[in-house]
Amino acid sequence: MTTIQRISPNRRFKDRLVQFLVYLSFAIAVVPLVAVLWMVIKNGLARFDLEFLTHSMRNIGATDAGGGAYHAIVGTLEQVLLASVISVPIGLLTAIYLVEYGQGTRLSRAISFFVDVMTGIPSVVSGLFILAFWILVLGFSFSGFAGALALSILMMPTVVRSAEEMLLLVPNDLREASYALGVPKWRTITKVVLPTSFSGIATGVMLAIARVAGETAPLLLTVFFTDSINTDPFSGPQMGLPLFVFDQATRPTDTAIDRAWAGALTLILIVMLLNLAARLIGWWRSPAKGR
Amino acid sequence: MATPVRTRDGGSALGRSASRRSRGESPFRYASTGAGIFLLVIMAAIGVFLVVEAVPALQANKGSFFTDLIWEPNGSQIFGIGALAFGTVVSATLALIMAVPVAVGVALFISHYAPRRMAGVLGYVIDLLAAVPSVVYGLWGVIFLVPFMQGPSEFLNEYLGFIPLFGGDLVAGRSMLTASIVLAVMILPIVAAISREVFLQVPRMHEEAALALGATRWEVIKVAVLPFGRPGVISASMLGLGRAMGETIAVALIFPATFGISFEILTPQGNSIAANIANGFGEATPIGRGALIASGLVLFIITLLVNTGARMIVARRKEFSGAAS
Repeated sequence: MTTIQRISPNRRFKDRLVQFLVYLSFAIAVVPLVAVLWMVIKNGLARFDLEFLTHSMRNIGATDAGGGAYHAIVGTLEQVLLASVISVPIGLLTAIYLVEYGQGTRLSRAISFFVDVMTGIPSVVSGLFILAFWILVLGFSFSGFAGALALSILMMPTVVRSAEEMLLLVPNDLREASYALGVPKWRTITKVVLPTSFSGIATGVMLAIARVAGETAPLLLTVFFTDSINTDPFSGPQMGLPLFVFDQATRPTDTAIDRAWAGALTLILIVMLLNLAARLIGWWRSPAKGR
Repeated sequence: MATPVRTRDGGSALGRSASRRSRGESPFRYASTGAGIFLLVIMAAIGVFLVVEAVPALQANKGSFFTDLIWEPNGSQIFGIGALAFGTVVSATLALIMAVPVAVGVALFISHYAPRRMAGVLGYVIDLLAAVPSVVYGLWGVIFLVPFMQGPSEFLNEYLGFIPLFGGDLVAGRSMLTASIVLAVMILPIVAAISREVFLQVPRMHEEAALALGATRWEVIKVAVLPFGRPGVISASMLGLGRAMGETIAVALIFPATFGISFEILTPQGNSIAANIANGFGEATPIGRGALIASGLVLFIITLLVNTGARMIVARRKEFSGAAS
C-alpha cells in the first residue's frame, strides 16, 4: 500500500495564507461592529434613566440637561404597529397567491419580479412617495399614520418573501391529504398550510418589524419633528425614536449628544428584543410541533 | 370530484364542503389575487407620483438638471443632479470595495473555519448586527469616526498623495472616505449574512469529493465552495450596493454637503442624493420639495438598474453553478 504523499510546501503555504486572511477579515469585521455596540452601551447608559423613558423634550432647549424620548418611543411603537397592521395581511395574502394560486402564471411572475424590485427601494424613496402621494397630492398633513404608510411599503416585500419561503416549505403531501378528505382549497390553506408554517411566518414578520423600526429617512419626510407627546398617530406631527436620535445628533451640545446616545441604546434594545422574540417564536413553535 | 361520499355519521362530507367551497373559495382567491395586484399598483404609483410631483419643479428649473453642479432650488432655482449622483455612486462603490472581501472572509470563517459550536453563535451575532439601525451607525460615525479619521487621512495624504485619489490640499475627517467606511461597516453584516447562507448550501458531496482527491481546505473552497456560491455573493454585493446608495441618515450626518465632483476622497467634499434629501427637506420651498422628489426619482432609477442587473447576473450564472444537485 502506497503512503499518502505529503502536501507540497507551496500548497501548504497557500492554505495557511488563506486561513490567515480569513481569520484576519473576521477580526477586521468584528472591530468596528463591536466598537459601535460598545460605544452605544457606554455612552447611552449615561442618560438611560427613568426620566429619559418617561419625559418628552417639551420646553427643553438644546443646551438644557434632562428631557427624554417618551414621545419618540410612543411614536415609534404606534407607527410600527400601524405599519404591521397594514402590511402583514397584504404581504401574507400576496405570498399565498404566489404559492397556492398563481404558480407559473404571468401575473405571479410579474408580482414576484416587482416584489424583488420593491425590496431594493431605498427607504428615503418610500418616504418621498408618501410625501408626494399622501401629503402633497391628497393634502393630508404630516402624521404618524403617514409614517406608518411609508414604513409599510418597506415591510411588504420582506413579509411577502419570508412568508413565501415558509409556505413553500410546507410539504405537498399535507395539502394533498387535505384535498383527499374533500376539504376545499381555501380551507386547506387556512387550516393546514398556515398553521404548519405559522412559526416561520411569525419569525419573518418580527424580523421585518425589527428592520423598519430603525428606519429614519421615511419618518423624516412624513411624520416631521415634534418635541411634545402626541399619542394620536392620525393627526399632527409625531416623533419616532430614530428621528429623535438624528435630531439630537445634529445639535452640537453635549447634553443633546448624550440624549442621542441614550436614544440609540433604547432603539437597539427595542430592535434586539424584537429579534429575540422572532427567534423564540421560531424555536418554540417549530413546524413539527404545529397545531 | 363531485361524487357524493357518505361519512360514517351519514352526512355527505363532499356535498357539504362543495357548497362551502363555492361560498368561501372565490372570495379568498380574489382577496389573495387582489393583494398581489395591489402590490403592483403600489409600485406603479411610486413611479407615477414621484414624476407628477417632480415635473413642476423640473419645469421651473433655470439651469440644466443633468449638468449643473449646484443645488439652489429654493433661491436661484438652478439645480442639477450631477454632483449628487456622482457622490452617491462613488461612496457606495468605495464602500462595496471595502466591504465585500471582508464580508466573504467573514462568511467563509463562519461556514468553514470556525468551530461548529461557535459558528452558530457567530452567525446569530452577525444577523443581530445586520439589524442595528442605520442612525446608530451614523451617530457613531459623526461622534467617533470623523475625529478619528483626521490622523489616518493626513497620513495617507502625506505619503500616498501622489495617487490622485488621496491627493488634495486640505484633509478633513468629514470626507468621502469616512462616509464610505461607515457605509462599508453598515453593509458588511448584510453581505456576510447572505454569503454565509449560500456557502452553507454548498452540497456536502462537492466538498467531500474535493477532500477525497486530497485537496487542502483552501482548494476545497476554491473548487467547490466559491464557484457554487459566486452568484449568491454577487447578488448579496448588489443588494449591499443598493443599500449603500439608498442609505440616508448615516451619510447625512457625515457628508459635508458640498456640490462638486472630485475624486480626492480625503478632502472635505461629498454629498449624496439621499443625504441631500434629508438635509434639505426641512427648509425646502414647494419648488425645493419638487426638486428633492426629482432627485429621489433619479435615486430610484439608479437602484432599480443595480437590482435588475444583479438579478440578471444571478439568473445567468445559475445554470453553471450546479445548484440543481
